[in-house]
This record gives sequence, C-alpha cells and structure tokens, in this order.
Amino acid sequence: MAGRKVSLALTVPALIVFCAFFVLPIGKLVPVSLSSPSGWKVYLEVLSNPRYLGSLRDTAILSMAVTLAALTLGGMSGIFLERNRFFGREAMIAVLTLPLSFPGVVIGFMVILWGGRLGLLGLLSQALFGHKIVFAYTAPGLFMGYLYFSIPRVVLTVMASAGKLEKAREEAARTLGSGPFKALKDVALPALWPSFLSTGAICFATSMGAFGTAYTLATDVNVLPAVIYSEFTLFANLGVAAALSLILGLITWAILWAVRLLSGIAPEGSMA
Amino acid sequence: MRKGVFWYVQFGLTAMSCLFLIAPVFYIMAISVMKNAARGLGSGLTLEWVGKVLSLYGDTIARGLLIALGTLAVCALAGVPAAYALVKHGKSRFMAGLEEALVLPLTVPGLAIGLGILLTWGGVDWFRKSSLLIMCGHAVFCLPFMVRSVTAVMRTIPLGLYEEAAATLGAGFSKRFFGIVAPVAAPGILAGALQVLALSLGEFNVTWMLQTPFTQTIPVGLADSYSAMRLEIGAAYTLIFFVLIVPLLVIAQKAPAMLARVFWREAITGKRGKLP
Repeated sequence: MAGRKVSLALTVPALIVFCAFFVLPIGKLVPVSLSSPSGWKVYLEVLSNPRYLGSLRDTAILSMAVTLAALTLGGMSGIFLERNRFFGREAMIAVLTLPLSFPGVVIGFMVILWGGRLGLLGLLSQALFGHKIVFAYTAPGLFMGYLYFSIPRVVLTVMASAGKLEKAREEAARTLGSGPFKALKDVALPALWPSFLSTGAICFATSMGAFGTAYTLATDVNVLPAVIYSEFTLFANLGVAAALSLILGLITWAILWAVRLLSGIAPEGSMA
Repeated sequence: MRKGVFWYVQFGLTAMSCLFLIAPVFYIMAISVMKNAARGLGSGLTLEWVGKVLSLYGDTIARGLLIALGTLAVCALAGVPAAYALVKHGKSRFMAGLEEALVLPLTVPGLAIGLGILLTWGGVDWFRKSSLLIMCGHAVFCLPFMVRSVTAVMRTIPLGLYEEAAATLGAGFSKRFFGIVAPVAAPGILAGALQVLALSLGEFNVTWMLQTPFTQTIPVGLADSYSAMRLEIGAAYTLIFFVLIVPLLVIAQKAPAMLARVFWREAITGKRGKLP
C-alpha cells in the first residue's frame, strides 16, 4: 500500500500544473479587471453598457437555440441508433461522433463549404432554382456551425444513457396499446431527462464560450468571446476584457454546476 | 417488429444529421485536389495545393506536433501518478476535492484561461516567446482527460487487493508500481494519451491568445489560411489536419480494449499470450 504521504507526493506535479496555469491565471483576472480607473464599478459599467449587454444577450439566445436544435436532432439520432440494429448503423455512429474533436476554426470552414460562395447548398440551389444561396457569413451560418459541434456531444451522451434503459417498460406500454411515438414520449423520454439536461448544459456552455467558429466566419453577430478578444487586442481595454472573461467563465461554470446538482450526472466532455 | 412510418422518420432525420456532418468532409477532400474549385473537377486534378500548404505552413504543422508531444509528456508525468493517488485515497477529502478541481479548466472558456495565462506569464520574456507557454496552456486542460481515463481503468479492477497480495509476497513499492499498477493502467494511459494528442493538435482558443508570429500551431495556421488564402489551400491544409487527427480518434476507440486484454492477461498470468 502506498502510504498517505506517498500519495500526497504523487499529486504534486498535477497540482503544480493546475495552480500555475489555471488558479493563478484566473486569479490574476480579478485584480486586472479592477485595474481600470473605475475600479470595481467596471462590472456595473460592463453590465449596463448596451454593446456588452447586447452581445451577452445575442450569445445566450444563439446558444439556447443551438442547444434546443441539437437536443432534438442529436437526441433523436442517439435514441434511434441505440435501439435499432441495421446495416450502416456503425458507420452512422462513427460519422455522428467523429467531429467531437474538430476545432472551432475547422467547423467554421465546414460552414463555408455548406453556405459560402462555392458552398454545397449554393451549388445545389443554383442547379435547382438558378439562384445561389450564400449564408455562411450571417447569423444562420453561425447557428449551423454551433449546431455542427453540438450534435456529436448530444449523440454520445444520449446513446450511453439510452443503452441503460429497460426496453421492457416501453414494450409494456406498447402492449397496452400506445404507438411507438407515444411510448417513446411517455416512457423513454422521462427516464432520459437527466442526460438531456446534462448534455444540454454542455452544449449551452460550449456555445457561450466558443470562439474559433465565430472567428472564421466573422459574422455581424458579436458573440461574447469575440468581444472579449477585440477589447483586448484592438482597444487594449484590459480591465473590460478581464471583467467580461470572468463574467463569462462564471456563467458557464455556474450552469454546468447547477445542472450537475439537478441531474445528478457530471456533464461529460470538454468545452474546447 | 415491423418497421412503421415512425421508424423511417427517425432513420431519415438521423441520416440527415450524418449528411450534415460528413458532406463537407468529402467536399474538402475533393476541393484540395482540384486545380480550380470554382470550375469543379473538370478543371483537372493536382497535388499543387498540398505542396503549397507544406511550404507555407510546414512549420506550424511541425510545431503543432511537437507541442502535442510535449503536452502528452506533461500530462503523463503529472496525470498518471495523480490518478493512482486519487484512486488509492479517493475517500480522503483532499483527494476528492482535487479530483473535482482538476476538471475545472473544462468549465471555463479557453479564451478566458488564455487571457489569464497571458496576463500571469506574459511578462516572463523567454517563456512568452517560446512554444512552451502554449504547451503549458494545453497541458492544464488536457490533464483532466488523462486523469479521468486512467482513474476509470484503475477503478474497474481491485487494484488494492492485487497490491496487497504482492506486498505480502514481499514486493516493494516500485516493483508493485511497475509490475501491477502500470500494466493495469496501460489501456487507460493509451486512451488518455490519444485524447491528449488529438485535443492539443486541435486546440485554438487558448492558443490564439498565447501565440506569437513565431509560435503558431496548426489551428492558428488554419485560421490564417481560411482568411488569407484561396479556398483550395484552406481545403488542402484541413485535409492534412484530418490525416493527422482522424487516425488518433479511430485508434482511441479501438485500441484500449485490445491492449487491456493483452496487458491484463500478462499481468495476471505472467506471460504474454493469445487471447482466450
């Protein structure tokens, strides 16, 4: 048996990495955010400034819409793939989960390939209607990109928890006369809500903090991370950038923490 | 059971989601070998764009790979011992708290962490200028993946019992660590390592805050090519990135289970053997 002291010593390298590159940096944001002439009032100013508040609102609306869409599409795909065996199922699972570790910038490029000037939808619409649809650099393009990285997260989580459901209960509902849709809605979905809540929180938090996709698409929607970045680099507005970073970090952390308390499962996966 | 309308509706929507995710990947493959994307495949095939990417962005690819390997080294050296300690004394309040704390970097947006790291360490000139700063930024949020992967494997096996048995037979700590703990953890370490490599290779948010013109990584180069180069070059560069990252993800899914059977059998029977 390794003694307590040995065990404590074994955690030292991890503690050093964690403290030096997470605790200290996040801690450093506090004094920096207070370093502007207005001191702690910078938080009041930030939260009453229409530019920052509008960006926070737009980012939250976008993230909420993406989360709902991803839960619908990904949730349904996840349940379907877990429950049915058919030719091509493995390939579909691979396709739906592979993009999990694609970086945001690459996902932005995917949107350009769907809705940019040479995009697939543009080519299709030109062939069908003689008119080229280009939407990559607008709010719908951003929505599509965020949906792209959210679907795989939902599929993975929902498949894992749908696999643990007892199919017998649903079959009981079926023998009692409910159709397949009603059985799913009344029996399976209520049992799955904790995993939906948990994966929904991850999607929402990831979308709130996503930067790469928005950077590649450079849309007219000012998502909060992009505002932080431009405050820092373009305006050298350190105090505001730090304050906004802390507010954003607090929002995403609080959502993940609250959902974990509510659903009882730790949200899996990363926000990267 | 007969497949009803509902089955086909579900199948159709699932297939649509698949198409949404995979179609651009195939389109990228096609564009990166087209002479002219605007004129389509009819313009002829070429490897010119891939060559251009290697000459324009070769340094970012080499650097990205080196940073990923460095991140892996840090995560393995810091994460594996910590995971062992967490499993061993998981009931102590300190260890339980530490396990929770290590995951915190995953709950805060990368841009915020990147800004904090820059403000904390940016003043140290040599550190700011080297790729080590980016490597450390990657390590802090890759570490939880290594720790989680290794603790998960260690918890599926009564590690304490094995160790106790070895100890009563006279094995010292290092003999137990390398003879029992390491083989048991090997599949977890491998799975964690592949995740760490894939994450580090694709990390953008933290990196973007920390990069200098001399420390650009693959995603930073990708962002540059998307905004400044023609579509074919962006596509070819993305294709190269896929070639690097997709095998990691595929092996990550398959290899740990295979390794577990080989290693665990060896650990238990003392000899390498074919699978039962």
